[in-house]
This record gives sequence, C-alpha cells and structure tokens, in this order.
Amino acid sequence: MDTYYNPADLDKFGDMGKNAPELWKAFSQYYSKVFAEGALTEREKALIALAVAHAVQCPYCIDAYTKAALEKGSNREQMTEAVHVAVAIRGGASLVHGVQMRNTADGISF
Amino acid sequence: MTIPCAGIVPFEASLQKSGLAPFHARGIGTLQVNLGKKCNQSCKHCHVEAGPHRTETMDGETMDRVLSTLADSAIPVVDITGGAPELHPRYRQFAAACRGMGKTVITRCNLTVLLENGCEDLPKFFRARSLVVAASLPYFRKEETDAMRGAGTFEKSVEALKRLNAVGYGVEPEAELNLVYNPGGAFLPPPQAGLEALFREELLKKHGIRFNRLYTIANMPLARFLGYLNRSRNYQKYMQTLAGGFNSCAAENAMCRDMVSVGYDGTLYDCDFNQMLDLAVNHGAPSRIEHWDAQKLARREIVTGDHCYGCTAGAGSSCGGQTSEN
Repeated sequence: MDTYYNPADLDKFGDMGKNAPELWKAFSQYYSKVFAEGALTEREKALIALAVAHAVQCPYCIDAYTKAALEKGSNREQMTEAVHVAVAIRGGASLVHGVQMRNTADGISF
Repeated sequence: MTIPCAGIVPFEASLQKSGLAPFHARGIGTLQVNLGKKCNQSCKHCHVEAGPHRTETMDGETMDRVLSTLADSAIPVVDITGGAPELHPRYRQFAAACRGMGKTVITRCNLTVLLENGCEDLPKFFRARSLVVAASLPYFRKEETDAMRGAGTFEKSVEALKRLNAVGYGVEPEAELNLVYNPGGAFLPPPQAGLEALFREELLKKHGIRFNRLYTIANMPLARFLGYLNRSRNYQKYMQTLAGGFNSCAAENAMCRDMVSVGYDGTLYDCDFNQMLDLAVNHGAPSRIEHWDAQKLARREIVTGDHCYGCTAGAGSSCGGQTSEN
C-alpha cells in the first residue's frame, strides 16, 4: 500500500546527499558531533532527541530514537517521562497563546 | 540453528575485508566448561535454551577428563557455566578442584539459584574458595528484569545480591562480584562504562547493593532468542544491525581467540555459541576433550558463521563484556 511514511525509507536517508554532497557532509559531521558525549551524556542526548521526535511528530525519528534510547541504557519510565516533557511544552505553547486570545478579545470588547 | 539472512555481508567476507581471515586463535587463556543445560529459570534471551526440564548434564567421566586436562595444562582461567552450573551434583567438587590447581575460577550465576533449596550456603562456598562471581542481572529495575527472566526474578536477584554482599562479594577487594547485562529485546547493549555507572548508582541508592564491574553482552541470534526474533519479525532488522555494526577491533579481540569451550558431553567448541549450534572445533584441531592437544587448539582456525556478528557489532561483546572502545 502506498503511504507517505515508509519505514524502509529511513535507510535511504543518505540519498539526500546525492544532489548536495557538501551540504550532506556538513550536516552529517554536525549531526555526529551533536550526539557525541559532551557536557551531556549520549544517553541524555538520546532522551532529548526522543522527546523532540514526538514534538515534531517524525515517525522516522521516533523509531530511531526509541531504539537509540534503549541502546544507551534508558528504560521505559525515563522514555515515557521524556515524551511527557514534549507534551507539556507543546500543550503549554498552545495554552500560553491563550493570552493572545484574551488580549485580542479584551481589545474588541467592552 | 541460524537462518540465512538476505541482504547482509557474510561474516567470513567481513573478516577478509578486515584482514582477519583466516581467523585463528591466539592461545588458550580460558577453558569455559558447560556443566549442563538444567536451570531453575527459562530466560527469553537464553542461547542455551536452558530450563528446569532440561536433563543434559556432564557425566563423571567427562568431568574427570576435564579436570585431568586442566591439571596437565597451563590454562590460567576456568569459566564454569550452564544452565545453572550450581545445580550439577558435582559442581562444588569441580570448582574446588580447579581452585586447588591454582586456577582463577569464574562461576556464572543466575542469582535466583542461590535461593533454591540446598543452595543457600553457596555464597559462603564461593567466598571460601575465592571464586569470581559473574552474576546475570539484565537491568536495575523490576520491569525489565522480570520481562526477560520471569515474574519475581528481580526481587529474588536483589535478595541474592544482598547475600553475596553480606559475605564480602563486591565489598572486599579479593571477593569479586561482576554483573552481566543483556538487552531486553532486539537492540544492542549500551556502552559498558556508562551503564555500569547507572547500575552502580541505582543499585546502591535503592537497594544498598555493591558490585565490582558490569559486563554488557549482546543477545545472540540463536535458540530461544532466535525464536523471539522470528515471532516478533525482528530477525532481518536485528541481523542488519549486527552486520552493519561490524567492528574489526571487536573481532580482533573476540573471546574465541583466547578460549576453548567444552560442552557437557566433552565436545570442544570455539565458544559457547558455536556449542549451541553443534559447530565443534574443526580445521584439524581435536574436537573431543579426550583428544586434547594444546598446541593445535591454541593455534586452531576458528569456525565462524553469521551469528558471529553478535560478538563483533558496535563495541563488541563477550562473556567478559565489551571488547573494544568503539
């Protein structure tokens, strides 16, 4: 069945280098450095990535960083809490725009 | 047995590309002895398919041959495994005899066996004979541990670890207690050092448990775990992950290059995993304990297959944990 999201397409990510090899190389090097151990551990970075994957609702990233989080030693309790962080920020971002709604309503109301 | 996996480079070709073929042993630092397949647990990842119903066990004649081979050899380390080796009726005698020869003896322990009837005094036995304990603990939480090893396993394991700590294991420098981690599914183990720090912090904080080292071991695509991979449709992906993660440094340090594994029936293997595939030592080296030839075995060509990717993926995996930094 045709679908916009195909799990096998994740393996074709490297194809994005075909028409812009320099940009792909730069992106790949940057990506590797971002996820290397630094002030944060690789495990902590994988949990952040998992949360962001849910915020941007990328199925490829959710697959990849669920596995990565497990392979870095995280457990489902920690991973579920990470997802809730994304949910809280997304929900909070919507809710805080309610202030704009209130300001607008106040501006056109008695 | 393993199942041919489409789309991956054969292990032999990866060895050739890395300049490691033919793949030879470098010596015999360890004799791993499998006393049998009987176990009080039936873990989902078990490559031995061990369990309470298994009856395969090393007979007295074979055990005596193993002991006389060890007595005549300079092999410094004996690694006792199973099943749960403690359930063998001559386990204590065997371990004590190996120690009597001055060998370092590693005893692989599933922890819960220490709570079985007749096994309660084993921590004291281990300590009295100065055995190195390699204890399986898949994770520092109940959920992950019980999912792999059965309901109630985590609590029993914690109790067993406390009993080991009480006799000095993991606490006193000469009583070495190492934990062994296996992933709880079709994914690779985490980097060993980071996970060891997590285990140390969590086990001490929540249970007051101390240990020396944590070894991370990949799940091998064999036997019970292979069944899980097929049922869950993860086989192809898992093999691709293993093969894609081939690390020539890990291959160079693979445990089979420094050990021989002897099965409960006296057959010799390059490792415990080949043992479960009935892939005996070959290429001109003897495949029976009664035909032991240290010279030939120490330089033998190792029998390999695609399952060997399980030991060479990522940071590498062995009975002694990670085998490379990357």
